[in-house]
Amino acid sequence: MPSLVIAEHDNQSIRTSTLNTVTAAIQCDPDVHVLVAGQGAADAGAAAARIAGVKKVLLADSEAFAHGLAENLAAQVLALASGYSHILFPATAGGKNVAPRVAAKLDVGQISDITKVDSADTFERPIYAGNAIATVQSIDPVKVITVRTTGFDAAAAEGGSAAVETVSAVGDSGLSSFVGSEIAKNDRPELTSAKIIVSGGRALGSSDKFNEVLTPLADKLGAALGASRAAVDAGYAPNDWQVGQTGKIVAPQLYIAAGISGAIQHLAGMKDSKVIVAINKDAEAPIFSVADYGLEADLFTAVPELISKL
Amino acid sequence: MKILVAVKRVLDYNVKARVKSDGSGVDLANQKLSMNPFDEIACEEAVRLKEAGVASEVIAVSCGPAGCQETLRTAMAIGADRGVLVESEAVLEPLAVAKLVKHVAEKEGVQLAIFGKQAIDDDAGQAGQMFAGLMGWGQATFASKVKIEGDYALVTREIDGGLENLKLKLPVAVTTDLRLNEPRFITLPNIMKAKKKPLELLKAADLGVDLAPRTTTLRVEEPAARKAGIKVADVADLVKRLKEEAKVL
Repeated sequence: MPSLVIAEHDNQSIRTSTLNTVTAAIQCDPDVHVLVAGQGAADAGAAAARIAGVKKVLLADSEAFAHGLAENLAAQVLALASGYSHILFPATAGGKNVAPRVAAKLDVGQISDITKVDSADTFERPIYAGNAIATVQSIDPVKVITVRTTGFDAAAAEGGSAAVETVSAVGDSGLSSFVGSEIAKNDRPELTSAKIIVSGGRALGSSDKFNEVLTPLADKLGAALGASRAAVDAGYAPNDWQVGQTGKIVAPQLYIAAGISGAIQHLAGMKDSKVIVAINKDAEAPIFSVADYGLEADLFTAVPELISKL
Repeated sequence: MKILVAVKRVLDYNVKARVKSDGSGVDLANQKLSMNPFDEIACEEAVRLKEAGVASEVIAVSCGPAGCQETLRTAMAIGADRGVLVESEAVLEPLAVAKLVKHVAEKEGVQLAIFGKQAIDDDAGQAGQMFAGLMGWGQATFASKVKIEGDYALVTREIDGGLENLKLKLPVAVTTDLRLNEPRFITLPNIMKAKKKPLELLKAADLGVDLAPRTTTLRVEEPAARKAGIKVADVADLVKRLKEEAKVL
């Protein structure tokens, strides 16, 4: 039976996380359908149809999907679920919100954050903050899965020519309503898909210092900015910059950790980066155990010097 | 209004998990076990709602072996009024836990159930959403602010890119994010008081709930180790190596 990918989109375009999820879905079953549920989402539907490897796009258009409320989106997925062997969501805030609800209503287990597809029913996923990798086999007739986007390459966004089929939308559940959002304005690359990330920790000392020292480096490298939990909790950086077990999981080409000690929870979010650079004045900091290049120095002098030499 | 908090006993967050050499799982023997950090935040929030006069009673629930009584005592030391342990020696998956908690929630007639957003052992992040789905309740996951107003819960959620505000009709299930609150320090007098609070024991097997696991863990392995890195002498050396050796600049 085909597999169904639940797309993340902004009604106009498809988010990269969906492309990674399509790659995982193809490994489960090459017959991949994509559900685009939104309000005025015809453009996103058309974009989904152009993803290489996608066989069919299901477009559900309704006011009920305007803000991705879990109750409404889960009901829509359930209305379509009977024809699918695999239902895959990206392991983003959106996917993690909806997938377990869908699984529970289907009375099946859910497999979180898979990093590898071994076969159609066997998957690998990290547990214990990435300190162990579990290989699990599902016995359920329908596999409901969230996909760790850094574990899979993105499918090509162009090259496909799937048919777009409009499906009837389920109504509003009436259980919840959207009041508003505060989305941080950001013209930098998105943290989870950035090629280079500059990340700061508690050693920065203040929000002003964080911006003053790290922003020019990120600008110079065209990098996204990240932060450790300590820096976020201290108010030096916004919540959605947090990299770690409970924040974002990233795997850029280059990760520069400045003034981050390297707690287990932080390493869980970045240790799959291709090259890790640590700048820390504490020679014993655990971050040096995962860094490819460690520089033992005061970041307040090393970072400006680094900028000047780039 | 009664509030239910679901708490789990996990390997302490400061302990590095060690994989058993036979690949059957993570070695928990003689390791320090504690309440899952997100569940502490859930307890704290429930107790604060009670202190604010919103809730009449806070019931802590845990599912697992007899040792989870300790975790329930911790919840009661934070301020939960009583505990319910649904005892099972078998491994419980999130779906089974959601079904067991549903059983307790229905029996107790709670209006609000608070879960942690994920347990730091299996990193699944499912139980709260599954519970909401099974109950047919609204859900507010990854909450960083919760306010009860009349028959509604106003919740601020942490999402990718920022925050989102939702209004949900009670009853509702909430899962906690790190920024929801700072759990209080547990004092010795409160630990003593918690010992006297009621703790009900239920046998999971007697509740008529399907607990069969839906996945088989074939093996558990150490992740591939990174090859040892080097310490560079200075910034110039670092830039040179990044350009010429790693070729990432």
